[in-house]
Amino acid sequence: MADKSGFDTLSLHAGQRPDPATGARATPIYQSAAFVFPDTDFAAGLFNIERAGHVYSRLSNPTNAVLEERVAALEGGVGAIATASGQAAMHLAVATLCSAGDHIVASRSIYGGTHNLLAYTLPRFGITTTFVNPREPAAFAAAIRPNTRLVFGETLGNPGLEVLNVPAVARVAHDAGLPLFIDSTFTTPYLMRPLDLGADLILHSATKFLSGHGIVIGGVLVDGGTFDWEASGKFATLTEPYAGFHDLVFAEEFGPQAFITRARKEGLRDFGACMAPTTAFHILQGLETLSLRMDRHVANAHRIAEFLAGHAAVQSVSHPDLASHPDHALAKELLPRGAGAVLSFDIKGGRKAGRVFIESLAIFSHLANIGDAKSLVIHPASTTHHRMDANALKAAGIGEGLVRLSVGLEDADDLIDDLGRALTRAQRAVV
Amino acid sequence: MRISVDGRSVFIGTGSGHPAADAPSVVFIHGAAHDHTIWVMPARYFARHGMRVIAPDLPGHGRTDGPSLTRVEALADWMDQVLEAARIPNAAVVGHSMGGLVAMSLAIRHPARVRSLALLGVSVPMPVTERLLDAARDDEAAANDMANGWSHSARGRLGGNPNPGFWILGGGRRLIARADRGVHHADLTACNAFHCDVSAIRVPTLVIVGEADQMTPPRSGKAVATAIAGSRIVSLPGCGHAMLFEQPNQVLDALIGNVAVTA
Repeated sequence: MADKSGFDTLSLHAGQRPDPATGARATPIYQSAAFVFPDTDFAAGLFNIERAGHVYSRLSNPTNAVLEERVAALEGGVGAIATASGQAAMHLAVATLCSAGDHIVASRSIYGGTHNLLAYTLPRFGITTTFVNPREPAAFAAAIRPNTRLVFGETLGNPGLEVLNVPAVARVAHDAGLPLFIDSTFTTPYLMRPLDLGADLILHSATKFLSGHGIVIGGVLVDGGTFDWEASGKFATLTEPYAGFHDLVFAEEFGPQAFITRARKEGLRDFGACMAPTTAFHILQGLETLSLRMDRHVANAHRIAEFLAGHAAVQSVSHPDLASHPDHALAKELLPRGAGAVLSFDIKGGRKAGRVFIESLAIFSHLANIGDAKSLVIHPASTTHHRMDANALKAAGIGEGLVRLSVGLEDADDLIDDLGRALTRAQRAVV
Repeated sequence: MRISVDGRSVFIGTGSGHPAADAPSVVFIHGAAHDHTIWVMPARYFARHGMRVIAPDLPGHGRTDGPSLTRVEALADWMDQVLEAARIPNAAVVGHSMGGLVAMSLAIRHPARVRSLALLGVSVPMPVTERLLDAARDDEAAANDMANGWSHSARGRLGGNPNPGFWILGGGRRLIARADRGVHHADLTACNAFHCDVSAIRVPTLVIVGEADQMTPPRSGKAVATAIAGSRIVSLPGCGHAMLFEQPNQVLDALIGNVAVTA
């Protein structure tokens, strides 16, 4: 019985039917700001959530809707919203659940941009965050306060690649009546489906592996429909009448889809960080080959991790697929298809060696991104995490000489040659 | 809103309406292991158009106290009690799947309560496979997957939902997963055991049929329509049993013609 389609079938088909107007097989780019109402009553019905359809592309768009439905299907959620960026998806979730005076407990090993938002920007709006060691579920529990509204972490820490024990942290969150919100950018639903492990909300920077081509900026926020907002009693935005929508009570009227409905009807409407339909189209092209690409990413990353681990110029390599990684056993359990294609290592010779190494690479591109089909390299201390002082860097497990690689889809032998040549030059420079 | 029936708290969805005291009423009855949230779109439509919307969670479902009832006739009698408690002498009654059976039974057992009927995805009898019944008793997750799979058309299982951003197969799974243990089995048992003389129904009736419905095949819905004198049938091409999600606009269009006419 085909009640559950496979991952690859969903990657190619979920959310899309051949275009009813033209028969187009590919998802058309509906490059239209607004959509004509058949009549005035239908228009009123769209605004009042009685009718299915589109009003204005800030709120929804047919191309975006295909992407949203497809990612929700791949994650096993109830719905999703495509946003202008991963950061916009992060903000949308926080803004939907938190108000001034509320508190978040987050892993301290997270993307630098997210750290900026939580540590510096949201406090201006009265929302504070306590950062904890992602390897210690008990630390999440200890940091929870009466005003905590969200527990947040990344499937793989950035850039330390700590494997988040999603089931254990989910138990901590749920015991406190809180949802677990996961940034799954590094792993994609092909390597891990956090909702199956107990998470409730997911965000992706779709710029990365979901797209795989590095040509657009976008994000996706997924609602698992798993969290009981009413039983928690902590989420007035979902359980109390909302004056901004004629006293609608989202949990009462939308049940499992309460969160994603409020996020669209308030957050997209008011903050407006929507995705352009052409961006959604580009991300859909990438999604069609997600499993094929991720298998190749993982295989290449594994070979490179082993190469670096055996290289005399390398002090240490961090990748959960390596037996030397502290979370290797957890990675085997939670990420059986592989622990992604981002890895980090410390080069001997410190900051100078790191600089020469990066500038000697020919195939790896030095830039601030991950998840491209092309291999990428960056020095976090001087780029993505440059706002963190030495103590904060140390607390996040980031050495000043740490180099992060995002392994692409090139021939692994060519990537290894490129790395080997650059390592040799770096060592010569510091002798 | 909440009312009390036999000392038990009953939740009723109202579509966020503020009806006048003399507003005509429309009642929505959900199906197996579901709750009032499946009616959100038509409920909000009819509420905005001045009707009093009554979309209860059946006993043991959603926010209404249990236990669940195991016979359709008992559910129909309970609906009569709900309407009495809500001081609604009669209403246009809309039911989906098991809720359609309850609506028919209400029309037969308490005819004064029912001004008109709209039956979505119905069959009389409504046999449930032994495999699904056993799963609902022994392995609720498996039963959830079966019910969801069969409730959507083959095309609908891949989405293309007209409601932007919703993955309806996922939403359906979560809705059933929220039901208390035993509720799904009790509902399916009630459906499996039900029979009635459909020709005894005397009110204006609309039957909405999904042409790709595997749970209640189109021929079954058409047979119900044939047996009810003067009934009207609307067939939705390509639509599965989960018609409120697969084709919400078409379902609402059909209901508008029936509910509003009899208001």
